[in-house]
Amino acid sequence: MLDKPLIDPAKCDGCGVCVSVCRQAALSLTGKTVSFSAETECPWCGDCEAVCPSGAISCPYEIIVSEG
Amino acid sequence: MAVSPELLARSPYFAGLSTTQAQAVSQLVFEKSFTRDEIIILEGEKADALYFVASGAVKIFKTSAEGKEQILEIILPGNSFNDAAALSGGTNRYTAQAMGAVVLYGLPRDKLEILLKDYHRVARNVIGVLADQILRLTALVADLSFRTVTGRLARILLDYAADGSRDVRPLSQREMAAMAGTVREVVGRSLKELADRGAINLDRHRIVIKDRKALDNIAGAADET
Repeated sequence: MLDKPLIDPAKCDGCGVCVSVCRQAALSLTGKTVSFSAETECPWCGDCEAVCPSGAISCPYEIIVSEG
Repeated sequence: MAVSPELLARSPYFAGLSTTQAQAVSQLVFEKSFTRDEIIILEGEKADALYFVASGAVKIFKTSAEGKEQILEIILPGNSFNDAAALSGGTNRYTAQAMGAVVLYGLPRDKLEILLKDYHRVARNVIGVLADQILRLTALVADLSFRTVTGRLARILLDYAADGSRDVRPLSQREMAAMAGTVREVVGRSLKELADRGAINLDRHRIVIKDRKALDNIAGAADET
């Protein structure tokens, strides 16, 4: 089950723009490494994904069918 | 705080300038900070300056008469906005809003004119920047006006829906954009449109297909165009 954005450390260049836009202050930058705080619930706004210049952070959606 | 010539040099506007030239240019520029959600420029107001993002991210958008927001672009450090309006001397063509703490370097219109007159290299760079912007916005106009993205997205959602018959993986908006041949900004708008039409629900990190037939019809309409 997804509960936080996915961060690909191989792609992340540590620019920190995602940290600056996160409304929950859930992302932090230590040196050049971005991490997500386990205590914070992510509302899945997608702003971090939208601003990431290297495509290192993503907020994937599970697609399910629930009719009726 | 003084404007950093090094940061300024990250902008395509100032590519190829010598250190001395970059220092001279930095004297023409002012620094301004904004907090999250603050409006930096407002559509329709007189364009007073061209802006470069030194740190943070800026959302560029237009709002329809019904209040619907269309994001045109997100501007990241090193890049500029309000270029065309500042160069033409008209009004701001869109609204710009800080997505978090933002530091900008601004170049007032009168200083921009000095720069273009005195630095031919910058004038050449401006042409390149504007050409890139025209190409990007032309592609966005095509996506928005031909109205097939929503249909293509509907097909992708149907193909990637977890219905127990096969293994599927979650998709980010960036991936959906790449699959639909568009940009992430248009995917966000199309998902909202599908939700407004009652075909899907956006539930945090889930896209719930509520009406598979409606989604199929929307996808089918796109397939025929």
